[in-house]
Amino acid sequence: MTPAAPQPQRWAKPGVVAVVLVVLASAPLFLAPFATSTVSRILVFGLLAVSLDLLVGISGLPSLGHAAYFGVGAYAAGWVSINVTSAIPVPLLVGAVAGALGAALTGWITVRAHGVFFLMLTLAIGELLHQLAHTWEPVTGGANGMAGIPPARVGDQPLVVSGYVHWYVLAAFAVGVAVVLVVSRSPFGLALRGIRDNEPRMRALGYPTRVYKYAVFVFAGSIAGMAGALLAAQQRLVTPADVGFATAALALLAVVIGGVGTLWGPVIGAALVILIRDAIGPGLDGHGTLVLGLVFIAVVYVLPRGFGGLVSRRHR
Amino acid sequence: MSPLLDVRRLRSGYAGSTVLDGVDLTLTAGTTLGLLGRNGVGKSTLVMTLMGLVPTTSGTVTLDGAPLPTRPHRIARAGVALVPQGRRIWPPLTVGEHLKLAARHARTGSWTRDAVLDLLPRLAERLRQPAGSLSGGEQQMLAIARALLTNPRLVLLDEPSDGLAPAIIEAIVEVIGRMRAEGVAVLLVEQDLHLALAVCDEIAVMDRGVVVHRTDTESFRSDPETAHRLLGVS
Repeated sequence: MTPAAPQPQRWAKPGVVAVVLVVLASAPLFLAPFATSTVSRILVFGLLAVSLDLLVGISGLPSLGHAAYFGVGAYAAGWVSINVTSAIPVPLLVGAVAGALGAALTGWITVRAHGVFFLMLTLAIGELLHQLAHTWEPVTGGANGMAGIPPARVGDQPLVVSGYVHWYVLAAFAVGVAVVLVVSRSPFGLALRGIRDNEPRMRALGYPTRVYKYAVFVFAGSIAGMAGALLAAQQRLVTPADVGFATAALALLAVVIGGVGTLWGPVIGAALVILIRDAIGPGLDGHGTLVLGLVFIAVVYVLPRGFGGLVSRRHR
Repeated sequence: MSPLLDVRRLRSGYAGSTVLDGVDLTLTAGTTLGLLGRNGVGKSTLVMTLMGLVPTTSGTVTLDGAPLPTRPHRIARAGVALVPQGRRIWPPLTVGEHLKLAARHARTGSWTRDAVLDLLPRLAERLRQPAGSLSGGEQQMLAIARALLTNPRLVLLDEPSDGLAPAIIEAIVEVIGRMRAEGVAVLLVEQDLHLALAVCDEIAVMDRGVVVHRTDTESFRSDPETAHRLLGVS
């Protein structure tokens, strides 16, 4: 028998969650602005990784193009912030809807494929949107990216201080992760795990599995779009690189390092990826990617189920 | 009495190779038909085809007079349930989660969660246990419970006794008896001739993708020469 795929962990006890949230919320009070921005980027990337884990770990849909919906959400939120309003929560909702629409338009084709074909289709769609971000210059700004995104606003108050932006990102991150957790623990989430482990058996129980896979693909796209909207608010710049394969691969790396199917583990993975890429990488003459590769190899050998697997093993 | 299941000239197979080569079969509600045959003659392919998991090449299948849908989930909702060979449970999911999944798209009927757990009390004791940690017999019971919860009119049982202890096989006999009493038709694919003779009303034998022999159980039992010729057993 193959090793059992991990079930979504019971989210840490409410007390631990509260402590983590308080620590994250108080980060701007004891961290420098750059460090605070790094924590915000971790949360943005963490939300993307959690949405990808919903596909990879819970639903058995290993996507290499999930950054496409992250990018679509980022560009849409950026565009609406520039041209309509940057008042919270409008860009966030626009990002989520745009991500969902992007996933809805492309997902109907991809969920019909299995295994390596699914992988290649999602990769192709991701690259297609990456190319579109490059060439649709009037809207996306082309290779220079979409610059000049105004700060997010609460009423008339623009969030220009990194601490305020961080709190906005943290609040949206918490809502996004909570929604994903609720969905993964619902009967719908249970059906997704059944499909992941034995799709023909689910079909034989009356489940239209393609509809389920399509629904989760669109839902994960909306959460990725939401993360993209947070990226636009936090960086105030969106570039084609945010849509491309590199971002998708890093998100997948965060999922694997954190623990596939645990949902919270990918946030740890995202933290490692962002810290190595943005905080340690620049000090290594740009060799952060090499360090990431080494970390990945080490995790595969030492913690084949990622950090999340380590904790679940202890609880078993 | 018109048959619940009526299979005519059914052909199917895998990737261009034909396995079922014109199967004709009928099954009446509340009866159990044992489907026997040597390895590789198409018994499991027949149940997989009836469940829509192997595509039909030609032929017709009707359930209670209506054409059987082609997609597995529609076939399940029409009242056909499969207990597959090798159980095929979900190891990480608990027993309770299996039952929840099975009940989600179930037809209405008398096989409620309580009724199924009354029939299979060992499962009631293990609701929170991951299915992968159950014994082989308990996993088989879980696979049967999963099928019953859909409130089927026809159950396709593919080698349920495979690798199980005699005590578990006795429990399977009892469960099949309950299904029959509830008016459920059972198509039992089985290598264990003794089990088939103990629970089936009729016996059909397959060879090279077709049904070559069919008779009532008593006649089959009293004709060992035919059993030996078709199955290689005495």
